[in-house]
Amino acid sequence: MRIALFIPCFIDTFFPDVAIATLELLERLGCRVDYPPDQTCCGQPLGNSGCHDEARACETLFVQNFAGYDYIVAPSGSCVHHVRDHLSAAPDDDVTRQVRDRTYELVEFLHDVLGVRNFPWAEFPHRVGLHNSCGTLRRLGHASASELNGPAFSKPLALLAGVKGIEFATPSRPDECCGFGGTFCITEEPVSARMGYDKVRDHSAAGASYVVSADMSCLMHQRGCAERLGLPLRFIHIAQILNGARA
Amino acid sequence: MSRRVDHAKASRAFIGDEPHIRFHDKRLWGLRELRDQAAHGIAEWEQLRALASQIKEHTLGNLAGYLEQFDRTARANGVVVHWAADAAEHNRIVHDLLAERGVDLLVKSKSMLTEECEMRPYLEARGIEVVETDLGERIQQLDGEMPSHIVVPAVHKLAADVAEVFADSIGTDRANADPHYLAEGMRQDTRPYFLRAGAGMTGCNFAVAETGTVVVCTNEGNADLSANLPPIHIASIGIEKLIPRLSDLAVFVRMLSRSALGSPITQYTSHFRAPREGGELHYVLVDNGRSARLAMDDFWYSLKCIRCGACMNTCPVYRRSGGLSYGGVYAGPIGAIINPTFDLKKYSALPFASTLNGSCSNVCPVKINIHEQIYKWRQIVAAQGHVGFVKRESMKLAGAVLGDPRRYRKLSETTGRAIAGLPRAFLYNPFNAWGKQRELPAAPKQTFHQWYAANRPSERVKPTVPCMAEPAAEPPQDQGETR
Repeated sequence: MRIALFIPCFIDTFFPDVAIATLELLERLGCRVDYPPDQTCCGQPLGNSGCHDEARACETLFVQNFAGYDYIVAPSGSCVHHVRDHLSAAPDDDVTRQVRDRTYELVEFLHDVLGVRNFPWAEFPHRVGLHNSCGTLRRLGHASASELNGPAFSKPLALLAGVKGIEFATPSRPDECCGFGGTFCITEEPVSARMGYDKVRDHSAAGASYVVSADMSCLMHQRGCAERLGLPLRFIHIAQILNGARA
Repeated sequence: MSRRVDHAKASRAFIGDEPHIRFHDKRLWGLRELRDQAAHGIAEWEQLRALASQIKEHTLGNLAGYLEQFDRTARANGVVVHWAADAAEHNRIVHDLLAERGVDLLVKSKSMLTEECEMRPYLEARGIEVVETDLGERIQQLDGEMPSHIVVPAVHKLAADVAEVFADSIGTDRANADPHYLAEGMRQDTRPYFLRAGAGMTGCNFAVAETGTVVVCTNEGNADLSANLPPIHIASIGIEKLIPRLSDLAVFVRMLSRSALGSPITQYTSHFRAPREGGELHYVLVDNGRSARLAMDDFWYSLKCIRCGACMNTCPVYRRSGGLSYGGVYAGPIGAIINPTFDLKKYSALPFASTLNGSCSNVCPVKINIHEQIYKWRQIVAAQGHVGFVKRESMKLAGAVLGDPRRYRKLSETTGRAIAGLPRAFLYNPFNAWGKQRELPAAPKQTFHQWYAANRPSERVKPTVPCMAEPAAEPPQDQGETR
């Protein structure tokens, strides 16, 4: 099984610890992971801005970097959503289609492909609020969405249940968007910040001391909001908890 | 030429008012919660959504035939049927009907289509008084504002705001903001208009081709008064309101009010099929861009909309920015996909007033892929040159950097250090949208790429390119494979 690690641009630049945790976790689970060194970005910021043509070089490079792997795994749901559903500027050929189909978000890779449920090395004795990012929840199907009438399930909670000592605090609006939204957080700054403030207040009111997510971009935004509001919340990527981070 | 709507700017003003935004968010989220209870209480809800979607798609796919059938059956029932290609023709038809009969007062029960046609100012300029009779719509009329929501038009106002508007316009007690008192004040004010009006107008929720029936769903009963008290009833009907059979109506009636307000059904579901004795019934079937939208590959699905407003209630952006910030007749997610079909330049900001979170598509009772259409609109807005110069240029630059590993490396390996080294005042200034209300992430010592090169020495990693200010200094033949 040839597995490639995709580390999105903002994680590479701002959150190397999340990338390291992802790599180490996959290695702990017995995966042999390649890191194609010429990778940059999936093209999501361009696609979401409507700049399809400007995304062509970036998306073509993505396909070149990750062609031929059985699985491409990334610790970022929204990037995987882009690759799978919106990566359309690269040439529409078999290679591109394979790359799109074989790209997995870390949680679904662990849950669906490896089928792992226990993380004996992991212990996280804190009250944790889960943030399902919107693309991950509603497009990748990480969990049941509150709007739909169907059975409840949650892949990230199923994984976190295998961590010792962890407790959960559920916000009153568990799958309300936090307002990050990619370039939305800049172009619609007033609404974005207000949504972020409401989100972190909701987590705080629910009694969470940590917010965990499979999407670091949402956490970056929420952390920025919580720090500005002076709320004592901390933020951590799910890969870090599953890899055994204590705090 | 119409002015471009600046959603971000308008929302800033709305957000600045803490009591209003808190109430607005809470009230609409309350409707979303009631909607969830109602929807989750019906085991076959998701099948109903699929069925409603199929009926609408089938009807739109055979629209000409169903319109002809509706026209035929309605005429056979004694209804006078008019066809309007656009807003101007709609308004002219209505005005001619009123003018020929010497009508100087029209009572009206809420219709978004007449808002879309800007009918009220058209008639008022020609000496015909138009009185909205729906409570929320009347509040907005008296305050000189557009509806901010398609189901609860004055939802952005607190009771105290309504007390102010009513005190100034219908003379209620300024200090009394009790909703029951205010509703009663409005009721007393409106009754005489119903009795005096020479004509009444309603919208139409569903037009049944099989029977020629117009179905109007309301909670206040004022549509029945508007339709039945004056001698002439005019129903303004968008051509996308057609459904084939009366039996199809059951699917939509089960979903409309549950999606909108969480109630099982509207208080009144009124069927109008023929003029009452001695009266007249007129249907005005309006296109106003709908045929053109039907021909748009990506956007015709928006014609399935039954105007329940569920997408607005669930939209976190709408709840924080208020309906008026969308600057058009239709606000919220549905407005973000419909308004650009009328005027792309004017409404080019609306597809960006979304986080693409997808909740709108999930609550939609007819399964319109709203957030996917928003994404599609963004591509079209950019392709047609309606994004600002700064954004366009920065995206071009981003595309060039992200498409070139060497340039990307240089940038990522200097960004962290640049943030760490800059004085706080530089980062947190009015030109930095991130820093206005949020802290920036702390700068790590190294990128993951650098960590990997240092900690996985056995792996083949591209050598780190030294920091250079000007990427163009690279010889072109150096680009590409460097391993």
